[in-house]
Amino acid sequence: MNLFLVDGFYLLAAMLFVGGIKGLTRPRTAVRGNQMAAIGMLVAVLVTLLDKSILSYEWILGGVILGSLIGTLLATRIQMTAMPQMVALLNGFGGGASLCVAAASFLGLAGADGPLGLVALVAICITLLIGAVTLTGSAVAFAKLQELLPGRPLGFRGIRGFNLVLFVAVLALAGSLISGSGDSSTLILLTVLALVLGVTLVMPIGGADMPVVIALLNSYSGLAAAAAGFIMGNSVLVVSGALVGASGIILTRIMCVAMNRSLSGVLFGSMGEAGGPVMDAD
Amino acid sequence: MEILILQISLFVLAVFLGVELITKVPATLHTPLMSGSNAISGITLVGALLAAGAGDGNGLWVPVLGMIAVTLATINVVGGFLVTNRMLRMFQPRKVSTPTTAKGGVSHESVPG
Repeated sequence: MNLFLVDGFYLLAAMLFVGGIKGLTRPRTAVRGNQMAAIGMLVAVLVTLLDKSILSYEWILGGVILGSLIGTLLATRIQMTAMPQMVALLNGFGGGASLCVAAASFLGLAGADGPLGLVALVAICITLLIGAVTLTGSAVAFAKLQELLPGRPLGFRGIRGFNLVLFVAVLALAGSLISGSGDSSTLILLTVLALVLGVTLVMPIGGADMPVVIALLNSYSGLAAAAAGFIMGNSVLVVSGALVGASGIILTRIMCVAMNRSLSGVLFGSMGEAGGPVMDAD
Repeated sequence: MEILILQISLFVLAVFLGVELITKVPATLHTPLMSGSNAISGITLVGALLAAGAGDGNGLWVPVLGMIAVTLATINVVGGFLVTNRMLRMFQPRKVSTPTTAKGGVSHESVPG
């Protein structure tokens, strides 16, 4: 299949995603919106499978069958009351997928054409960071809502300082990877630290605020997909990821307003030294 | 470099579009919208397919990581759209006599926003 046709179908998929998100914002069109988005995804996947750069199908087939099976089971067996944590769980899987794509790109590209380009390295670091934080952050959000973990804010004194140190360490590792002085062990260390960061960012947030956190993490997983698009030079990933990232942030804000909370109040308020719930009136 | 500029342009325009798309959303649709756009973020599946299908020329780790990515992304996509559909069905009027989804979507007008 030639490149022109592939990009044409990617454009069609992106248009269906836009229509789908728009449809999901109104009660009358919501069902159709969801179907449009699903068709868009099918188009994008089928066209990708016809791409010339795909050489072997065994690994793909195994993953698609396993994933469809688990996805269908999860979606049909879950209780209706458990929907928010289900979204968190699925979102975490999406973040994990982006993480694996970034790691595979690092190993694959490095093996193939010598040193990686600057753009690819920056994009790989961003995808790893956001993907890892989304994976473990969503897992904690799931565990809190499923009552595997206590819903109250958890943590220790100085957890915000700890997170800041962790974040700076991740940036330093990313810097060494980008400058070319890092190798795959740097990559693994960066991933581990980012995974820990996802846990310690969400732990201190109370269970009642979890829907807002899930909306924010959903926005992150979109950004991770967009960053993965920059690694691979793939336009449909860039566009769709950016769409979800941006609309996710707006939805997060709308949900904050509906719950009469400010976003910074949700993210940082609960561990305040003063004790008691912080009521931000904006 | 030109391709990079083009992709950054696409990214920025898509961000603006995403911001404009979401205006007023009734509270009942917050979770379905979140769930639906979560399924769309499973588009990373495209990247996963490309990684998993890259062939065995790059050692074993690349296709293995690719396959894990395909599995996770497929769970995200399939589960995401199915869960969203289930949630939306909850809001529909309980008319057992209209089984087709197309009619279900249209007969949605009686639902209070």
